[in-house]
Amino acid sequence: MADSMAQPAPQDGETRRDFLQLVAGSFAAVGVGAIAWPFISSMNPARDTLAVSTTDIDLKPIAAGSAITVVWRGKPVFVRSRTEEEIKSARATPLSELRDPQADQERVKKDQWLVVIGICTHLGCIPLGQKPTDERGPFGGWFCPCHGSAYDTSGRIRQGPAPTNLPVPSYAFTSDTQIRIG
Amino acid sequence: MATGLHKSDFQNPVIRWVDARLPVFTMMQKEYGTFPTPRNFNYFWNFGALAMVNLVIMIATGIFLAMNYTAHTGMAFDSVERIMRDVNYGWLLRYAHANGASMFFIVVYIHIFRGLYYGSYKAPRELLWMIGVVIFLLMMATAFMGYVLPWGQMSFWGATVITNLFSAFPLVGESIVTWLWGGFSVDNPTLNRFFSLHYLMPFVIFGVVFLHVAALHITGSNNPLGIDPKGPQDTVPFHPYYTAKDSVGLVVYFIVFAVLVFFFPNLLGHADNYIPANPLVTPPHIVPEWYFLPFYAILRAVPDKLGGVLLMFGSIAILFVLPWLDTSPVRSMRFRPLARPFFAVWCLCFLVLLYVGGKPPEEPFVTIARVATAYYFLYFLVILPLLGRLERPLPLPESIARPVLRGGGPLPAGAMSKPMEKA
Ligand code: HEM
Ligand code: FES
Repeated sequence: MADSMAQPAPQDGETRRDFLQLVAGSFAAVGVGAIAWPFISSMNPARDTLAVSTTDIDLKPIAAGSAITVVWRGKPVFVRSRTEEEIKSARATPLSELRDPQADQERVKKDQWLVVIGICTHLGCIPLGQKPTDERGPFGGWFCPCHGSAYDTSGRIRQGPAPTNLPVPSYAFTSDTQIRIG
Repeated sequence: MATGLHKSDFQNPVIRWVDARLPVFTMMQKEYGTFPTPRNFNYFWNFGALAMVNLVIMIATGIFLAMNYTAHTGMAFDSVERIMRDVNYGWLLRYAHANGASMFFIVVYIHIFRGLYYGSYKAPRELLWMIGVVIFLLMMATAFMGYVLPWGQMSFWGATVITNLFSAFPLVGESIVTWLWGGFSVDNPTLNRFFSLHYLMPFVIFGVVFLHVAALHITGSNNPLGIDPKGPQDTVPFHPYYTAKDSVGLVVYFIVFAVLVFFFPNLLGHADNYIPANPLVTPPHIVPEWYFLPFYAILRAVPDKLGGVLLMFGSIAILFVLPWLDTSPVRSMRFRPLARPFFAVWCLCFLVLLYVGGKPPEEPFVTIARVATAYYFLYFLVILPLLGRLERPLPLPESIARPVLRGGGPLPAGAMSKPMEKA
């Protein structure tokens, strides 16, 4: 707009007006950013949503080879009691065969218990494999029906479009048969 | 201008009084009355007007649905069922709204096809075309968020899969998804904001449609021959010629719409969306609404997460640069003997993608989707740029009036412009 106004010819390069325009423009930009921020930030999780929640789980009723699903922070968490063969097959896999290399030992606190967040790392479906009747895919862990990702008995991605392993939430054993997630 | 009043041509004293102070009547008369329009439109030129009517229907039914809808995860599903069973004509409002969305996409896909076939995206209508692509994107966002509102299984899992697309972006992906959700999964905050935005976006679309039409009225309409009108003998006033022709199309549109709403209201929907959302169970076969299937198929055709997402967004983004990818100066494919079959194959690929997008991600659908995706991009990135150089177009007619009025030799100019003056 200012260009269309008649301006006195600049005497020696920059003028006072150029300087004032730059300063005013920068302040306006900062102001707009400062005003926009509360709006953008209000869309992030609110404090009550963030409030750290914990979930206690009793492991006693889970028979070897079966699994339960618990809800933590609105997400399903898979707790699987693994059989000897399942542990063995997870450990026998060389890391070089993995898309997201991680040893089984790093993913468990006690060999028998695998605790992972049950959300496919592709686009967020819940993989099948919790119920005995479910299809578990070619690697014996979980199989995601949405776009065909297959996980092994350590919850590691082995086949399909998902990029990473099922994440392990932070948890601790509060007794021999109790864990607390969160 | 000295008096500050507009010089109105209207005789009715009330209209004249208003028009002198706010010349909306003059504007309507100029833009929709006498507006000179190529005389050779075929029925493909109905679809812009149909889309506008459809938008109005969506806003009208949507506002009345919102009077009975509750945006809360615990109540949304039941509130929609209450609309269907207890609210007077609630079933009609909802079925008209849900099927109206499908009609909207049918209409807009044909409208876009028209633009692709007759080269309406070429100079000087590049910006008009790009604004159209913006409308298409806004429509997709609006329909996606609307589909989440009834909070059925497909609502929930569709929302989960689509918002998770953004997690594919490195570094910022996870934060973007958390921000979109307002939590750690699709939940009540997500439903609330989707309702807010679903209410807002159609009005944004309305504004962008206004810009679309404003740009159209600067360049004027393209036409089936793709050549510019050379004078008054090539055009007719919009009213009554095209108001009448559009009305014919509108009647057919309403017949199709009514058959859907009254006889097959759930044909294009998915039965799983009548199951309330369950965050712990993914339906065995999740599919988006039919109008997203071609793009969903492109997403799934790529075995890599980020690659799939980029290609899917790219399949629409490429439309923005289409005016510069197609190097041929000839607009209408009627005169492009090579481009025409290549374009036919592209349309076929689009339909094939629509089909395989709804199939489970297994063979042979994966391979078919890959081939069709490859051609989709090949057409824009390689075939069109090359054809502009290699193809020898058929001779263009001298003017629009000539082939329309059939007669061999040129008619005296006076004879052709006469019928115009009556309007
Ligand atoms: C561009 C225009 C629009 C499109 C494409 C669109 C699309 C949709 C779709 C696909 C649904 C899901 C229908 C179902 O399966 O039940 C829906 C639901 C809904 N829409 Fe819209 N909509 C539009 C405009 C509006 C407007 C302006 C409002 C006004 C507030 C609105 C309010 C609603 C409400 C309350 C619902 C939930 C009730 C239901 O599911 O039927 N919509 N919309
Ligand atoms: S969401 Fe699991 S494979 Fe896509």
